Amino acid sequence: MKPDLTSFVRFLRVYCRSPLAVCGLIGTVLVLAAALFAPLLSPQNPYDLMQLDIMESRLPPGETAFAGFTFLLGSDGQGRDMLSAILYGLRISLIVGIGSAALAFVFGTLFGLTAAYIGGRTETVMMRLVDLQMSFPTILSALLILALMGKSVGNVVLAIVIVEWATYARTARGAALSELRREYVDAARSLRMGHRNIILRQLLPNCISPLIVLLTMQIARAITLEATLSFLGLGVPITEPSLGLLISNGFELMLSGTYWVSLFPGIALLVTIFSINLVGDRMRQILDPKAAQR
Amino acid sequence: MTPRVEIRHVSKRFNRTSGLVERLAERTGLKTPNPVVHALDDVSLTVNNGEVVGIVGESGCGKSTLGRVVAGIIEPTEGDVLYHGKTWQDMSPQQAGHARLAVQMIFQDPSSSLNPRHRVDEIVGAAALRHGKTTRTELQTYVAGQMRRAGLDPVMSRRFPHQFSGGQRQRIGIARALAVQPDMLICDESVASLDVSIQAQILNLFLDLRRELNLTYMFISHDLAVVEHISDRVAVMYLGRIVEEAAVADLFAHPAHPYTRALLQEIPRLDTTRRQYSTISGEIPSPLAPPSGCHFHPRCPFAMPRCAAERPKLRDIGTAHRAACHLND
Amino acid sequence: MSNPMLEVRNLRTEFGSEAGRVTVINDVSFALERGKVLGLVGESGSGKSVTGFSIMGLIDPPGEVTGGQILFNGQDLRQLPEHRMRTLRGNRIAMIFQDPAMTLNPVLRIDTQMIETILAHETVSKPVARDRARDALGMVGIPSPEERLHAYPHQFSGGMRQRVAIAIALLHSPDLLIADEPTTALDVTIQAQILAVVQRLARERGTGLIWITHDLSVVAGLADDVAVMYAGRIVEYGDVGTVINQPRHPYTNGLIGSLPSNNQRGTRLRQIAGSTPAIAQLPQGCAFRPRCTQASDACLIMPPQTEYDGRLLRCFHPVTHGKAT
Repeated sequence: MKPDLTSFVRFLRVYCRSPLAVCGLIGTVLVLAAALFAPLLSPQNPYDLMQLDIMESRLPPGETAFAGFTFLLGSDGQGRDMLSAILYGLRISLIVGIGSAALAFVFGTLFGLTAAYIGGRTETVMMRLVDLQMSFPTILSALLILALMGKSVGNVVLAIVIVEWATYARTARGAALSELRREYVDAARSLRMGHRNIILRQLLPNCISPLIVLLTMQIARAITLEATLSFLGLGVPITEPSLGLLISNGFELMLSGTYWVSLFPGIALLVTIFSINLVGDRMRQILDPKAAQR
Repeated sequence: MTPRVEIRHVSKRFNRTSGLVERLAERTGLKTPNPVVHALDDVSLTVNNGEVVGIVGESGCGKSTLGRVVAGIIEPTEGDVLYHGKTWQDMSPQQAGHARLAVQMIFQDPSSSLNPRHRVDEIVGAAALRHGKTTRTELQTYVAGQMRRAGLDPVMSRRFPHQFSGGQRQRIGIARALAVQPDMLICDESVASLDVSIQAQILNLFLDLRRELNLTYMFISHDLAVVEHISDRVAVMYLGRIVEEAAVADLFAHPAHPYTRALLQEIPRLDTTRRQYSTISGEIPSPLAPPSGCHFHPRCPFAMPRCAAERPKLRDIGTAHRAACHLND
Repeated sequence: MSNPMLEVRNLRTEFGSEAGRVTVINDVSFALERGKVLGLVGESGSGKSVTGFSIMGLIDPPGEVTGGQILFNGQDLRQLPEHRMRTLRGNRIAMIFQDPAMTLNPVLRIDTQMIETILAHETVSKPVARDRARDALGMVGIPSPEERLHAYPHQFSGGMRQRVAIAIALLHSPDLLIADEPTTALDVTIQAQILAVVQRLARERGTGLIWITHDLSVVAGLADDVAVMYAGRIVEYGDVGTVINQPRHPYTNGLIGSLPSNNQRGTRLRQIAGSTPAIAQLPQGCAFRPRCTQASDACLIMPPQTEYDGRLLRCFHPVTHGKAT
């Protein structure tokens, strides 16, 4: 299915009718650009221990570093430039957030579509699995998984996928159930198009709208979840700090007046999640009424 | 001559399978068992090569279910369907694949029978490509040919279904079916949702295709006038059973079953002199709880005690004319 | 026709859209006497339903009735303020729809809905209203009406729901009943029952009936007059026997000629070429011209409605042979 450029442009035009949504889109694009160009925008590589000097730690915003650049957002307990740490941290947060949401989306959608297609007892069993998964509290399950498997970016992604896939499965199955009743599915069966074609080419394109909406909202959720896990100390390892971990690191320093170590990563996280939520909200506004019409 | 399709004692029941907890509740009497829909009840019918068999009936009579069983979309609960004398179990997997492809269905609702996200060229060509009726290099030409035969301009092959009218969408469905080169078409209320003037065009297309390609048809409709026009033989269904079957002229001139007679009386005709509507009383019963014996007996003006007790058999009452009514005994 | 109960003159309804304003019905004129039946016939897009809604005053923005008069018992409904129109609707003019779900509220019991309707236009006590509701159900042929009053709409079959809708429409013995394709979705035997009920009640109470449908055969047996619509205009209008047995407009003629019952079994049906034009892109002049076998350059101007052979006809080249063969 070749994506149609003109229909995308049309979609963008409809999208931009809401000023708030445009702000969200701009915010998201800025955040993505910041993460993408982190090496270019950062005055310092925060992971290179050779570049850090403990003498420069806990400097307030505006101070100059020995290396010549300005600590625009101050420095943390190890002498790391906060701006650089935030930009690199944004990378981790986004990779984990978007990556896990995307993987959960793929797995959950296929699971739900297949369950609806197979039907019968198999479907019942599969959906009970979904129910089971959804009845576990999210954060507790993620904490448990990470405690058992150990901390790494990969494990965090895996943990989030495990706790989030079920939502997609449920939505996909619901959408598929109503599409399966339509005659074009009967036509595909009559034309012997095969299971893979029916699930991926017939059902999926018609079920995708509510799932795209879910995806955009779940990305924000995944980022928040990762931040929570890292804040609690069971998320990404200290060598690849995400925004959540940065906030956690600066937490003890808050009381002594060194607010910048937690505040600025917190603001960055807030802006990221808020922008993505605005985009997701607008997507829902545009896509859902059409889905309801059918 | 082996018939093209032979339907032998086919029954189809639909019911919601109960989960574990539900079955327990039913066992202990806390819950009534799930209702069973008797869509088809011991239906037997033969369709010969090159014939057009019309299936008529009102809601709940099972005609659509019968069409889907023959097309292979639904499995019968009991009974067999033979294609050129063999069931699918008798054939090798490859033969069965060919046999299934050889019977195609044209659906009723032009807005839901085409995938709204696919363009016309994919709708028409995908199955043909998959089953080797054409190659990738030839695909565009092949699709254009199919579209032209169905009365569509190939220049519109990159459009989406919603950009077409109802009649055009129905033509796309026909092109899609013909693209896999079937020799039998099952038309399930294919003209029901079309305007009268478009209906005439599509019916003419069916007649033309029959001549050109020597197709066999099973034509399902509630519209007796259309069925009378296009069919060679007609079977009348009521609540899952065939109540009468005859050559078209015979059925319309000498209907033997009270339901057929009532149906023929009720069709509004373009007759400005008939001003009184006499009616069969009563509602069509639900297929969830069909009446005992002959399904029609609660509404039949000629019902006898025997009709409530015993199901009448579909028997020959004349040349190629069968009816299921105790009156004919 | 002296003192018709309803007289529609040059009615025009437009809809506004992104593409501009579109005229959905144009120059529609007809009249209806008490106790008579008018069949309004057309295919999809002909404007027949919009005509019914326009008379009822149910056209909402972006649509608007922009021209003509709707004279009901001498009073122009277009001039009436909305609150006055509301006293007429459901009371003196009623409507039934193709989908009874449009009339019946699925979460209310039948007696609740019917009593509400009665009390909306009359001040009577609830028990009296209830009795009238029960009698109305009985009159449309619903068995055991007393028990059926307690039921919800989903507990009725399609035909029964339509009967209830008719009962509600006739609760106040309206002068005019507009029926918009009420039997299209029903089976033939049930349709016959509904037609019988409506025919009987209309005759008994002297209700004028406008029956909107695409099915000429229904109209043939039911109506006194028939008006055939195409692309928003009435193209032929007259006594039902005259129009159906001797159609003069090429469209009416083509329509009747394409019916399977009018063609020899197994032969190709006589068909009208092409398809109905989109209402936003009507051809110049007569809208039927591109599909008409009789058309000429004269048809580039919209033909006016003129008297021809005992009916009103909008055509420069009427069909001249006898019955459509």
